Amino acid sequence: MIVEALIKIVALLLIVLTSVAYLVLLERWICAWLQDRIGPNRVGPLGLLQPLADVLKLLLKEDIEPTAAQGWYHWLAPVISITVAISALAIVPFGASLVLGGHTVNIAVASGVNIGVLYIIALTSVGVYGITLAGWSSGSKYSLLGGLRSSAQMISYELTLGLGLVSVVMLSGSLDMTNIIHSQIAGGWNILRAPLGFLLFITSSFAETNRQPFDLPEAEPELVGGYHTEYSSMKWALFFLSEYANMITASAVMTVLFLGGWHVPFFDLSSMNPIAQAAIGVGAMAVKMFAIIFFFMWVRWSIPRFRYDQLMDLGWKVLLPLGILNIVLTALEKTYLL
Amino acid sequence: MSLWERIYLPEIARGLFTSIKHLFRPKFVRQYPEEKWDAPASFRGRPVLVQEDNGVERCVACGLCSRVCPPLAIEVQASETELLKERYPVRFEINMLRCIFCGFCEEVCPEEAIVMSQDYELTFRKYSDALYGKDKLLTPKAKLKDRLEFLRQMRTSK
Repeated sequence: MIVEALIKIVALLLIVLTSVAYLVLLERWICAWLQDRIGPNRVGPLGLLQPLADVLKLLLKEDIEPTAAQGWYHWLAPVISITVAISALAIVPFGASLVLGGHTVNIAVASGVNIGVLYIIALTSVGVYGITLAGWSSGSKYSLLGGLRSSAQMISYELTLGLGLVSVVMLSGSLDMTNIIHSQIAGGWNILRAPLGFLLFITSSFAETNRQPFDLPEAEPELVGGYHTEYSSMKWALFFLSEYANMITASAVMTVLFLGGWHVPFFDLSSMNPIAQAAIGVGAMAVKMFAIIFFFMWVRWSIPRFRYDQLMDLGWKVLLPLGILNIVLTALEKTYLL
Repeated sequence: MSLWERIYLPEIARGLFTSIKHLFRPKFVRQYPEEKWDAPASFRGRPVLVQEDNGVERCVACGLCSRVCPPLAIEVQASETELLKERYPVRFEINMLRCIFCGFCEEVCPEEAIVMSQDYELTFRKYSDALYGKDKLLTPKAKLKDRLEFLRQMRTSK
């Protein structure tokens, strides 16, 4: 059991960390294509070794610690950010469980967590600590303001995120990620059953992952750099990586909650051998996640950033009431239609 | 704003559609290091010294360029020569880290000996590499034909 868990943890970490590095490259490519440019193509064939060069550069850069920084808190902040971003992925089932010679293998680091959805909400709120701590421990007033601003933003969107989740929980009657997928296979994807919930969830995910148009934590024009102004080299890169890891987590959670997880519609897989079934399931999950990540990037290079007060208005005056409306609608749907 | 615009989401969708269209458009950027840009004659690239066809510089080491240079980038050391022009620069050095490409040296030069070239590629790895001596500055007249012609037109049109 422990060996199996360790293998899964190492595999997940390796996959997430490499894909994070390559998502940075992908983002630069998409940005370039949307602007009629070509994008990074210098390092290696087609520019595919660019992430390697970036990582090498970041590792070799001098690590500057400001004299006013609060010692090890300054170190802790990026660690919290990246840890939280990755550990939320632990309970995401990437495929249906696989039966090999009488032994059941779950394609998730921690499967059968019956409070899965609560775990996700709890962890995403801890992510705020990383940012606030970074702002405070830098010993710079600008970083402090940036950190406070982002924590205010993230907290106000967490409510909508939670309300979006409630509709899924109502429809599936379970907090377990695997059960949620099974209920979607039986009754149709949640994006069709609760479209408003999906809209609210994806909107607040943008704010949660600090992506444009809600990337106020690092709004350079107003703040210079926000909470990570005083960070350099690999410590800074950890914040950067955690943004992308967050994006992977958000897309995985969204796929599981609204897009039916590993489910392939209009296609009966039950006659295939279990390994092929699992591979197709994981593939379907990956394709859905990629589609969401592409959407994240597409939006980033299309929509300008919100002003701080506009963001607050949207969060508290528009999305929160809509979230409550969504719950009422889902309740009516559940009572009269399903 | 009309009601349609205030609902906001349709306009977002319109914006997203606009940007995704560009994914399929031809890219029209210059592939710079492979495809070089040909600077027009009016372009002020790095300053160079004009070298006559017989291999001698036009410069008579009057020092006006050095005097007029705002960031004090030019240094000239004069000496005498048997040639008709009598004076020449033993040392002519431009500190390219200081040069601001203002073109005053070219404007003030009575001999049309220092001109701005079309060369815009300047990188150095060491401070000493940025000190351009006569070896790097002297450029055959034939290569500077466009600029010299341009300057002549500018002067006659005044």
